Amino acid sequence: MPLDKPYLDVPGTTIFDAEQSRKGYHLNQFCMSLMKAANRERFKAGERAYLDEWPMTEEQKQGVLARDLNRCIAAGGNIYFLAKIGATDGKSFQTMAASMTGMTQEAYAAMMLAGGRSPDGNRFIGEQAGEAT
Amino acid sequence: MARITASVYTSHVPAIGAALDLGKSQEPYWQPVFKGYEASKRWMAENTPDVIFLVYNDHATAFSLEMIPTFAIGTAASFQPADEGWGPRPVPTVIGHPELAAHIAQSVIQDDFDLTIVNKMDVDHGLTVPLSLMFGQPAGPNPAWPCPVIPFAVNVVQYPAPSGRRCFLLGQAIRRAVERFDAPLKVQIWGTGGMSHQLQGPRAGLINQPFDNAFLDRLIADPAGQAAVPHIDYVREAGSEGIELVMWLIARGAMSDVNADVAGPAPTVRHRFYHVPASNTAVGHLIMENN
Repeated sequence: MPLDKPYLDVPGTTIFDAEQSRKGYHLNQFCMSLMKAANRERFKAGERAYLDEWPMTEEQKQGVLARDLNRCIAAGGNIYFLAKIGATDGKSFQTMAASMTGMTQEAYAAMMLAGGRSPDGNRFIGEQAGEAT
Repeated sequence: MARITASVYTSHVPAIGAALDLGKSQEPYWQPVFKGYEASKRWMAENTPDVIFLVYNDHATAFSLEMIPTFAIGTAASFQPADEGWGPRPVPTVIGHPELAAHIAQSVIQDDFDLTIVNKMDVDHGLTVPLSLMFGQPAGPNPAWPCPVIPFAVNVVQYPAPSGRRCFLLGQAIRRAVERFDAPLKVQIWGTGGMSHQLQGPRAGLINQPFDNAFLDRLIADPAGQAAVPHIDYVREAGSEGIELVMWLIARGAMSDVNADVAGPAPTVRHRFYHVPASNTAVGHLIMENN
């Protein structure tokens, strides 16, 4: 019997399970390397060359170079690891979060001040925003 | 005999630590958050324990993907605040309690919970932000936290985190272990993380105030019922990172009213606080005293 994965129908959400972790191992370990100041400097001095030191897929490397966090997550990235790229870039976590939602940082910050994103309409894929659940 | 005197529950949002460290706590955005902890700091000053058993999660700091322990107990004499990419937080070294930690590890493993024993580990904001919220920022020429702390890290980074039920039972095993320690120590157990938040993907920013307040109600009055709630309910209702709330059930399980052998009286709720937002997250906080 296959494993039960009831979280696959949550919209806009990728659960970092064993399958994602396996796919993203080298991507996430690359991110982890940015915890060291010397590695941050080397990465900033030549991103592509630094990435090529890691056995990552081309898709993962392109996701990092484009700072497309959703693309990185789809390729196995985990947000706590990916956050280290943003720290290297000197970006706040909220700026990173906003970048995944398609909102500007200002609009995202305003949404949070107004109480955040409502769960209504955001529980199941295909659910319409505002629809009663 | 050592005993658990109280449990404390709080979110551990990194931006709260940054606001404190950068002197922003009086800014209008942060004032309501820190106001919610003023009563807590007074309570802490009057009820400083001998040891804090602090349940938190590591955020890809001490543990990369090389090793992912589900439950890790820090048995070292001290733990350094970690450099999470911006330099370490300017807070004191965390002093451990190796004797009690090793005793708890031995007792809890014999009680069928397979802990990972960690003798060297840096601690990130998950552990130091709750200390800052409850004690304020230690000052003076030799700043120090007022008491030793046993770090207890729970994996909530790679799914699945341990179930709520297992966390609740683990808390009960930790209480038994503490009560078997042959020294008259007052021990507090803290559960941290949460409340509703999602940090990833197009659904980032999710907050669910009704869920959070119902969780607080039920953690107080029906913790066994809350412990039966499956992971998917947290993910769907409280966001993918809202699953951190299972860690609160470890602390709640250590309270005497849920002792299956000799149930004690219900705890007294000393403080309750809830605020939205702190950066991307809902902040929740409770203090419960054993009676």
